Amino acid sequence: MSLFPANSGPTVRAVHDEFHGDLLEVSMGPQHPSTHGVFRMVVTLDGEQIVKLKPVFGYLHRNHEKIAENTSYLSSMPYTDRLDYLCSMTTNWAYALAVEKLSGQAVPDRAQYLRIIMAELTRLVNHSCLVGFLFNDLGTSFTPLLYAFREREKILDLFESLSGSRMMCNYQRFGGCRVDPSPEWLAAASALVDNFPRFLDEYETMLTGNEILLARTQGVGRLAAAHAINAGITGPVLRASGVDYDLRKVDGTGFYPRFEFRVPLGAHGDTYDRYMMRILEMRESVKILQQAFKTLPAGPIMDPKAKLRGFRPKAGEAYGRLESPKGELGFYLISDGSPNPWRYRVRPPSLINLTLLEEMCLGHTIADAVVILGSIDIVLGEVDR
Amino acid sequence: MSVVATDSFLERAPLLFRDWIVGHFPVALQWLVHHLLTITAILTVFGLFFAFTTIAERKLLARLQNRLGPNRSGLPWFRTLKLWGLTQPFADAIKAITKEDIVPAVADQVLHFLAPVVIVAFSLLGFAVLPFGRYLIPVELDAAILYFFAAGTATELAIFMAGWGSRNKYSLLAAMRALAQLISYELPLILSVVPVVLVTGTLSTRDIALAQGGWTWGVLPHWHVFTPWGFAGFLIFLVAALAESNRSPFDLPEAESELIAGHLTEYSGFKYALFFMAEYFGLTALSGLGITVFLGGWQAPCAFLEFIPSWLWFMGKLAGMIVFFIWIRGTLLRLRIDQLTRLAWQFLVPLALLNLGNAAFWALTSGWTGPLALARWAISAAIVIVPFFLLGRRLTAGYAPRTYRYAA
Amino acid sequence: MLGSGILKGLGVTAKNFVGSYHDPARMVTQEYPDTPAKLPEAYRNFPFLVTENATDPMGTLRCVACQICEKECPPQCIYIEKSKDKKPDATGKPQLYPAVFAIDTAVCMSCQLCVEVCPFDAIKMDHVFEVAATNRFEGLLLNREQLAKPNEYFHQIRPTEAAEVDGRLTAERQAAAEKAKAAAAAKAAAPKPTTPVAGVADPGPASPRPATPKPAEGGTAP
Repeated sequence: MSLFPANSGPTVRAVHDEFHGDLLEVSMGPQHPSTHGVFRMVVTLDGEQIVKLKPVFGYLHRNHEKIAENTSYLSSMPYTDRLDYLCSMTTNWAYALAVEKLSGQAVPDRAQYLRIIMAELTRLVNHSCLVGFLFNDLGTSFTPLLYAFREREKILDLFESLSGSRMMCNYQRFGGCRVDPSPEWLAAASALVDNFPRFLDEYETMLTGNEILLARTQGVGRLAAAHAINAGITGPVLRASGVDYDLRKVDGTGFYPRFEFRVPLGAHGDTYDRYMMRILEMRESVKILQQAFKTLPAGPIMDPKAKLRGFRPKAGEAYGRLESPKGELGFYLISDGSPNPWRYRVRPPSLINLTLLEEMCLGHTIADAVVILGSIDIVLGEVDR
Repeated sequence: MSVVATDSFLERAPLLFRDWIVGHFPVALQWLVHHLLTITAILTVFGLFFAFTTIAERKLLARLQNRLGPNRSGLPWFRTLKLWGLTQPFADAIKAITKEDIVPAVADQVLHFLAPVVIVAFSLLGFAVLPFGRYLIPVELDAAILYFFAAGTATELAIFMAGWGSRNKYSLLAAMRALAQLISYELPLILSVVPVVLVTGTLSTRDIALAQGGWTWGVLPHWHVFTPWGFAGFLIFLVAALAESNRSPFDLPEAESELIAGHLTEYSGFKYALFFMAEYFGLTALSGLGITVFLGGWQAPCAFLEFIPSWLWFMGKLAGMIVFFIWIRGTLLRLRIDQLTRLAWQFLVPLALLNLGNAAFWALTSGWTGPLALARWAISAAIVIVPFFLLGRRLTAGYAPRTYRYAA
Repeated sequence: MLGSGILKGLGVTAKNFVGSYHDPARMVTQEYPDTPAKLPEAYRNFPFLVTENATDPMGTLRCVACQICEKECPPQCIYIEKSKDKKPDATGKPQLYPAVFAIDTAVCMSCQLCVEVCPFDAIKMDHVFEVAATNRFEGLLLNREQLAKPNEYFHQIRPTEAAEVDGRLTAERQAAAEKAKAAAAAKAAAPKPTTPVAGVADPGPASPRPATPKPAEGGTAP
């Protein structure tokens, strides 16, 4: 028998129980240090145990989809930066993918490689940040977060010197990429990627074997595979539950089939698995990046037929999706032949992964709810749009 | 023991200074001045110690996290003088005093006001019985250890007052956590000190510090921490002291990521600063007790270092303890409330009880010499190490780093 | 063993503590106001209008008020009013110029689309980031006098791109000059020219250069 019983199953009692007294309803958020933005959880507590949890979102709604339907295809590109503001490179790419599908544009080889390089660098940024924030939720005094930020900063400096902005890169274009990196940039990026595993090793030495971390995360916030599939959950959260579903493999987005990498899978679907998925995925991303820097072809970065303005795709519809660091990020576009999309819809992984929050949290304490939310990896810009 | 070294002028300097001031007053008032001076000295020294602990904590944490830490504040009118930001605590104090004091309309006005006052008052009481030097002990009590714990326990009640009086749900949760923590960790804290009382046969902090005097071959001090039971007791004491003073990884009552600021949520300005101050006073007092009981008090670690006055040794050890606590804070994550109480009741308390038996064994076998002395060490060490492994295995059963498979 | 993971963690933080004193890879902090921020050439924040001549900024704006950027700007922070008259531009052609050109920097999100769509290299991204105003509305609404910055400034902040742009413009100017010369020669050869400059006149701002991919920003041109 373990002294810290690993989630012996939720013991949820009736909301009205005269024998045990009242339940406490606490509104966590929208101003709360650990809700990762303006997100609100209305939790009903029995002591410290959660018997009911209602996620409330929409505080950051910016009307993104409707705005996009009223501007040209190109003008929506900078707005996609602001969806998942930690991973603008992948959101750009997903949108570009949808538009390219809609208009049947080709992308040159070099641009395909650059897109993969940017996407995987973004994955490093996102996952290292997420893990840092997760540890902050677990109660560290910012130390792991700041180590993660230190490494992230180096990648963001690269993004800045390439695209002009650290986070709002606005880098992908329909039919290619905007800027061609110089050889010096590629050398710096390659050196950074080669050094990245050292950071990961140090991080893991510091935390992965920590007894408190194990006790706090193992068995906490279990998500069964069948349940996750039903809810449409994707990304590392789904893979932590043991489901082999990675769009880089399933769809073979872009040139991913040309690269050799593995998809880590969890077995328990708990917070610890979700944490480890991120660590292991970062290691795989490093492998992809190293291959990409070795095999990056020369050539143009833009399809010569590509147009920036006066862009009128034929009437029709297209769904472009890719494996963003948070899960399946999709853009669904319907064109009626005009310069603006007739319908523009985002499938945000953060929002859909958030739908099972209550199921994961029930029976756990308020301290666990914060950690479970942190392990799902949400960005409110993408949840609320 | 050389009388010359231990009785130096520096050693007695604080006392001589006090007597010099007291001598200026009429005889009838001298007892009062004597005590007031002691109180003033403690408030000044530990007030400043608190101030520089905060800046040390911020700077050390920053360095642990690869940051620079506060390094801007200098002196007014001397703009070029940066002083490595060492005047930061004074700037913080001015800020705390001048900030608006907000009391929620629905709060219990009396409790909300009293809680910070009570917590500072009680957290200061512990200093009265700590021997800061060979001759520097504010109050010589025969039952000093008992007094220390009795006074220290009251601080958690103040946290409960703050949590209850704020009428905030987060504060209330923090208050519940604080009580659970108090009840759970008071026991291992006291039980970890009891072996020392058993071996030395006294509750007086002065005598406990004196009992750890002397060196083997002039370099190996006879501190309690260098015995198997003392080492185990010291570790238990450290964990329990962290929990008692609400420090990471046991900072559950004010768990920032969960309860916003716990019992401090509804406090602002100077009242908030008072809580902060009390927390550090409590930590300093507990560290002082740990030093007195396990780390030889004011004793020097080697015979040839005895020329340094004893109160400097005490303050040095205190600073070392504080740095260690900061290091812990910079590394660890927080336990959950159920794990916190389990750790106390199912790991620390049994270990502390076994350690009590261990100390009894040590006291009984004090006559063993030669090979028997080695056997004494081995047996004593086994009494703590074996249960540590067994209990530790049970505590972490089911938790281990995992290996992962990859999709084909 | 219970505690081994915690001890390892303490070891790592101790290593970082020591490293923060001697390892620049660990201590990455720049003390900003003391050490000025080093911006990469590609850094972009707020657009500005390029003028050819610093002594007469309003007279030598490259902008011809074609209003493409105004149409493409996603948050619609650009406002342009065309002039009534025409002025000769760098190549000597008579062009419209913006009578009013205003950018609301409170709305601008520095996305650089205006720069990308501009066919005349007239608007470029700036490097300013220390912007503060005492008024939320007028203070952040920049007019064309405030937006205009000389070409030398452009060279200073983005040498690579500016050199590339200047090269292209010089080539265009030479081509225009040769064309003018050829036209003049033709005119001299021809018996009676009726309209002096009609042969040189361009279709005008309504038909910008074909929207080929822009050359690399801060990188090497493809």
